[in-house]
Amino acid sequence: MAYMLEGRTGAWEVVVGLEIHAQVISESKLFSGASATYGGAPNAHVSFVDAGFPGMLPVINKECVAQAVRTGLGLKAKINLFSRFDRKNYFYADLPNGYQISQFEHPIVGTGIVEIELQDGTLKQIGITRLHLEQDAGKSMHDQHASKSVIDLNRAGVALMEIVSEPDIRSPEEAGAYLRKIRQIVRYLGTCDGNMEEGSMRADVNVSVRKPGEEFRTRCEIKNVNSVRFVMHAVEAEAMRQIEVWESGGEVVQETRLYDPSKGETRSMRSKEDAHDYRYFPEPDLLPLVLEQSFVDDLAAKLPELPDEKRRRFCDDYGIPFYDAGVLVADQATADFYESVAKGRDGKLTANWMSGDFFAAMNRTGKSIENPPVSAADFGALLDLITDKTINGRIAKDVFEEMVETGKAPGAIVEEKGLRQVTDTGAIDAAVTKVLADNQDKVAEYKSGKDKLFGFFVGQVMKAMQGKGNPALVNEAVKKQLG
Amino acid sequence: MSLDAATVRRIARLARIRVDDTEVETLKSELNAILGYVEQLGEVNVDGIEPLSGGAQMALRQREDYVTDGEIAEKVLANAPDREQNFFAVPKVVE
Repeated sequence: MAYMLEGRTGAWEVVVGLEIHAQVISESKLFSGASATYGGAPNAHVSFVDAGFPGMLPVINKECVAQAVRTGLGLKAKINLFSRFDRKNYFYADLPNGYQISQFEHPIVGTGIVEIELQDGTLKQIGITRLHLEQDAGKSMHDQHASKSVIDLNRAGVALMEIVSEPDIRSPEEAGAYLRKIRQIVRYLGTCDGNMEEGSMRADVNVSVRKPGEEFRTRCEIKNVNSVRFVMHAVEAEAMRQIEVWESGGEVVQETRLYDPSKGETRSMRSKEDAHDYRYFPEPDLLPLVLEQSFVDDLAAKLPELPDEKRRRFCDDYGIPFYDAGVLVADQATADFYESVAKGRDGKLTANWMSGDFFAAMNRTGKSIENPPVSAADFGALLDLITDKTINGRIAKDVFEEMVETGKAPGAIVEEKGLRQVTDTGAIDAAVTKVLADNQDKVAEYKSGKDKLFGFFVGQVMKAMQGKGNPALVNEAVKKQLG
Repeated sequence: MSLDAATVRRIARLARIRVDDTEVETLKSELNAILGYVEQLGEVNVDGIEPLSGGAQMALRQREDYVTDGEIAEKVLANAPDREQNFFAVPKVVE
């Protein structure tokens, strides 16, 4: 079902494109040797290059180039062996040079494709227009002083990748799924930490609306949205605003807007009136960036397995459903944990336990996959006890909880508490006989056709055996004795 | 190509350079003279010639990713017209 917004004049389609700014993981900045580490004392990670001192020249960081290429490869995009830097001119207090070194005409990465998955399982491809390298600006703070804004240039000059999508996105859900997918890919690649709270990933959202079948109408750009949820809200709020403008006979003006999460609305940023007059020109301090094909091939050969490929491989190697595999590859650490447990074991059993009891325990205890509630080795040992029928599935849940609580190994818990599964048919038969004898009225009801009582008898037998009976054997014995 | 007075004012505003009304006419003719001089290049036939990105046909020098600079906040702030502790301070700019 296509997403449509209902206006007074009928249904409207939403058209969205995203520009994602992703901070490159590197030791030092894009054009200077100052540290690219987040935070630090004010203006500590700043060199004369970053502060725009006269006569300072930029020298490009090889690793930042490699990171951009890796990301391009991860987006199945064309890598441009020739790219060039341009100056994007604008005046702002946290931009010491009065220009940002960016790539305008010749970006390092060209067109690519990203596949997103929606709630209902639909897969959709979103086109990537380009990815280019640029410098981040400094940080202005307006609440530290009554009459002044204060500026910290620690972030100024840190490398950013701007990832531009085609206007292929058609709903808030798709916008959210796309942003999450890009974040997942850069995290797998280790090219950006994807931390939206710290601002190392943020999005500019381009929104327009149209009647189905029409050409694109005028779009507005919502700047610097810093969470998946806000991107989704901003798309909807801005689309509603534009529909209202069109339907009341007005015209949407192309402009830069700001999303206000507390009010759930967008508003115009008048200060950015001149913002689109960037007067780009080639950066005279830098030669074109020319890459060898062998450099790209080498990076491609060492690229880690990406989430989509891993997901398909998990389905093939471990026989788990596509959906479950998607949950397990959500992040690399979870995928690695799963794989270390599932290897040589029943992949489906492992997946079920991870999506069920394991994640539940992780959330409940506030732990993480890096610091899991039970170790991969212990978790695997527990699954082995189920597989070799030492314990049944019901008891395994109790053992698991005990493991989470005490950190003890599953084997030790089973021995200590005497939880071994009873497979002795003599003992099971005796328990069944007793349960049937104690519930003769129910037996009579069963025999007169109340089939559902079968489960009751099994339950009573299991209870009498403190849950340790082998479920298959108990079932069989009950069936036999009821005749 | 010829600049009008409004364009001169706009360029000045984008560059944050204050230009008095009395200066606009002078600047206009000076800028137009510069543009006219550069426009002589238009007479050269460049059909089929790739744009050149620099005079020197050499590769961009790249550096290794090491931290070799920074941690000089005092020096960076030394010429700041105004500061608040180790921040640069500017007139309040709020959206």
